[in-house]
Amino acid sequence: MNESVILDCRHLWKLYGMGAEALLDGGLTPNAAALAKANVIGAVRDANVQIYQGEIFVIMGLSGSGKSTLVRCLSRLVEPTAGEIEFDGRDLLRASDSELIEIRRKKMGMVFQQFALMPHMTVLENVGFPLEIQGVDRLRRQASAQKVIELVGLKGRESYYPSELSGGQQQRVGIARSLVVEPDLWFLDEPFSALDPLIRREMQDEFIRLQNILKKTIVFITHDFDEAIRLADRVAVMKDGKIEQIATPEELVLNPKTDYVADFTRHVVRAKVIRVQSRMDPVTSDRFAGEVAHDATIEDIADEVERADTPLKVMKDGKVIGQITARAVIDVLVGRG
Amino acid sequence: MQRLQRHITGARLFWLFLFAATWALSQYSFQIYKALDARWIIRFPKKYQLSLDDVISGFLDWLVNIANFWLFTFRDLTRAIAWVIEIPYQFLRNLLIEGFQTGLGDAAVQIAPSLSWVAVIAIVISVGHTARDWGLAALVGACFLYLAVFGQWDSAMVTLASVLVAVPIAAVSGLLLGILAYRMLWVEKLLRPILDLMQTVPVFAYLVPVLILFGFGPVAALIATVIYAMPPMIRVTIVALKGVPGELLEAARMMGATPRQMTWKVLVPAATPMLMVGVNQVIMLTLNMVIIASMIGAGGLGFEVLASLRKLDIGGGIEAGLAIVLMAIALDRTSQAFSERRLWRQRTGNLMQRHPWSMIVILVILATFLMGLVIPAVQSYPDAWIISTGAFWSQAMEWINVTFFDTLEVIKTALLRGVLLPVKKFFVGIPWLWGILVTGLIAWQVAGWKLGVVAALMMGFIAASGLWDKAMVTLYLCGVSVFIALLIGTPLGIWAAQQPRAGRVILGLMDTLQTLPSFVYLIPVVMLFRVGDFSAMIAVVLYALAPAVRYAAHGIREVPLHLLEAGKMAGCRPLQLLWRVKLPLATPQLLLGLNQTIMLALSMLVITALVGTRDLGQEVYIALTKANAGQGIVAGLSVAFIAIIADRIVNALSDNQKRRLSL
Ligand SMILES: Nc1ncnc2c1ncn2[C@@H]1O[C@H](COP(=O)(O)OP(=O)(O)O)[C@@H](O)[C@H]1O
Ligand SMILES: [Mg+2]
Repeated sequence: MNESVILDCRHLWKLYGMGAEALLDGGLTPNAAALAKANVIGAVRDANVQIYQGEIFVIMGLSGSGKSTLVRCLSRLVEPTAGEIEFDGRDLLRASDSELIEIRRKKMGMVFQQFALMPHMTVLENVGFPLEIQGVDRLRRQASAQKVIELVGLKGRESYYPSELSGGQQQRVGIARSLVVEPDLWFLDEPFSALDPLIRREMQDEFIRLQNILKKTIVFITHDFDEAIRLADRVAVMKDGKIEQIATPEELVLNPKTDYVADFTRHVVRAKVIRVQSRMDPVTSDRFAGEVAHDATIEDIADEVERADTPLKVMKDGKVIGQITARAVIDVLVGRG
Repeated sequence: MQRLQRHITGARLFWLFLFAATWALSQYSFQIYKALDARWIIRFPKKYQLSLDDVISGFLDWLVNIANFWLFTFRDLTRAIAWVIEIPYQFLRNLLIEGFQTGLGDAAVQIAPSLSWVAVIAIVISVGHTARDWGLAALVGACFLYLAVFGQWDSAMVTLASVLVAVPIAAVSGLLLGILAYRMLWVEKLLRPILDLMQTVPVFAYLVPVLILFGFGPVAALIATVIYAMPPMIRVTIVALKGVPGELLEAARMMGATPRQMTWKVLVPAATPMLMVGVNQVIMLTLNMVIIASMIGAGGLGFEVLASLRKLDIGGGIEAGLAIVLMAIALDRTSQAFSERRLWRQRTGNLMQRHPWSMIVILVILATFLMGLVIPAVQSYPDAWIISTGAFWSQAMEWINVTFFDTLEVIKTALLRGVLLPVKKFFVGIPWLWGILVTGLIAWQVAGWKLGVVAALMMGFIAASGLWDKAMVTLYLCGVSVFIALLIGTPLGIWAAQQPRAGRVILGLMDTLQTLPSFVYLIPVVMLFRVGDFSAMIAVVLYALAPAVRYAAHGIREVPLHLLEAGKMAGCRPLQLLWRVKLPLATPQLLLGLNQTIMLALSMLVITALVGTRDLGQEVYIALTKANAGQGIVAGLSVAFIAIIADRIVNALSDNQKRRLSL
């Protein structure tokens, strides 16, 4: 992962209601009770987020916790009440309307929960629409659209209308449309929540496949913790507009910072998030049944360990950094310690 | 005794007292006036009368003759507007009827003839097929063929030209204003009360000022038509644009759409299906108004009807009336088909394959043009082929009148004696001061003190304008007609909801009834019952029936299934289910139906002034014939006020009911 920050937001607030600005005057930080008293909804409260180049950053929380509002503030679809946002080294909140249009045209893409496809356009026209907005001529935009349509596996359906497609296919169109401008930063607001569980799973696989090809910087919203840990490099857990904790899935499970996060992660299948490196021991054995990557999950290696009668080598960058025993794996699997 | 007491509640006592007092005062108002020698009790004192009508007329006078906006006078402005409308109208007239000429009068030289009747029919068939299928194409083609065969072609083309000019202007202006209102809150705030008023002011009322500003003739008629047909388009546009999903707008903003792209590439296309519903309404209202506007020189089918009625040419009236009906059906079905048509597949191939219909139509136009030079029958439908059914209709009518004269007369007299006259006596007898008070009290009781005050003020305005008696006649005619319409319409609606098959027929019939221009209803009524309150009432009932039926059917159908199942499990018999479950739950819808029925009844009442009622409608109509704008507007406002009061009260009733049922 490249460690450069592409989007940096500090002390971001979004309050809905009369007199919201006054509550934040002079850098005040009202708490939930103060907001409730003023009859103001704290959709996002004092959020601090850094998004790194090339990572998948997942924002997770129950419905109404402020995820959509936060991500809309990051793209300035919603004007924040207070705070700072730096995107690509420039102050996003100071950008003029025309600069903003330019940034959105070239650098950002977004996928929506209800797909947000233009009902009167075919798949090809929908996918080419962002380019049409930019004034790209028909032939070039059809060529670009065709490429992404093939990328998301919709070849052959170019002349279909959205109403003629299944939900999963419609969201593929939504994804293709957001990718056609080759954005640097890709927002997805609960892209798979409107789909059936089976299709959702399929779309997640598809999403992982795409990301392996494209290596975008992604802000992904979900209310489904399983989805979060499947996809995320890092997760931000939100509750009532506040970010409770930002961490890797494993850390969230192992070191929840608040009771809320702990409650949330209690029922997670730990083998899915705990990685080998956090359960390995110093090398003591001299016989090994094989080797595993340091960042594989316990679930990934469970079968291999089951078959082995000696520990496995833990590898990082081609070097042995420890060993993992069947006992350690079983401890995780049965939930001991 | 106990049971009786249980039914006596405060609210009921209030209503009972109100009615009793009103009845007593109405009955004895004359005696009271005599006893006290206080004429003001039954007549609003002359010296306090408002003279708003003179003010308005004076203002219009000033506007037309003196007003000057530095660079141009008001008259210049109206001329400019007239010119903008005149040009496309004249072009269409040339295209459809007169042909193109150069020079004037005797020196005129024909450059090109008008479109031949064959070509026009080919065009409408192609439009019908493009809009839906061969079925529609056949229907529209047959309607237009009727116009040719039965000798209505020329007047129908005049009407069509008016519609074709007014519809785009009304639809586009409505769309633009709607977009403006959507984008700017203050525009919407400004437009809303105007739209409310426009929807309730009777059409004749603004015919008068338009007539004064633009003079007698087709242009004035077209302008009045545009004013009349535009408000629903504005409303539909606002609703349609607000209905575009928020995510779609966000998606467009995330693509970096400019506000202009947002409007024209996203909002309007995404709202098109709904906007087309608005266009359909505009078309139907335009037709309605174009027919009515024949009175101020629009010509066309309406004029034929009017002329026939004046000549007592029954057959001619019916023929022209049928032509209007067919035209209405053709326009309605076609525009509806367009609004239901969602996805347009692009065709590929050569010109002929991509645009088959345009090519065929162009070929037909060219071919008939060339053939028309040799064979005149191709150019214009020959008179010799015209079939007139006029004599047949006249005879049929006469036969009905002779055979059923006694029956019809008995019905008429019975209803007049038993219902119309007593109700009229009741309403007309109410002293104006008490009337104002009672209206205020009713509004206050139902919808709160604010409406109470407003309602009383509005009634006060009517009284102070010296229109109290006429307003009471309007109320009585409207009341009786609405009552009868509900009496017929509600059971029909219930029946339609209970029996799907009957329902389709009934609701289809109601749809057609609603597309007919209001003018058409007068024709059979006048022929059967001649002029008077009774004829007016029948016409109003026919016109206002549709919403009563529709809302009743809708209300019954919308009753939640689980409540029906609960009712059935409780052992309700079908009739009990209807009375105890369905009807109570449908009351909010029934009340909305009542509201619509009242609105339609009021708008029709004004038109029935043509058959000799003595109500506010007649006042407006007189103003129209005398070109007295002030009088027309004041009377029009009075009708609008009655409509607004009724609308607010019934809506409040419906809301109260909904709240009680927690729907
Ligand atoms: N335009 C708005 N006006 C008022 N309240 C809003 C608005 N948009 C969102 N909210 C409130 O902000 C909170 C967060 O909403 P949202 O960001 O949509 O949550 P999530 O996407 O996590 O479900 C909710 O309580 C919601 O009611
Ligand atoms: Mg959301």
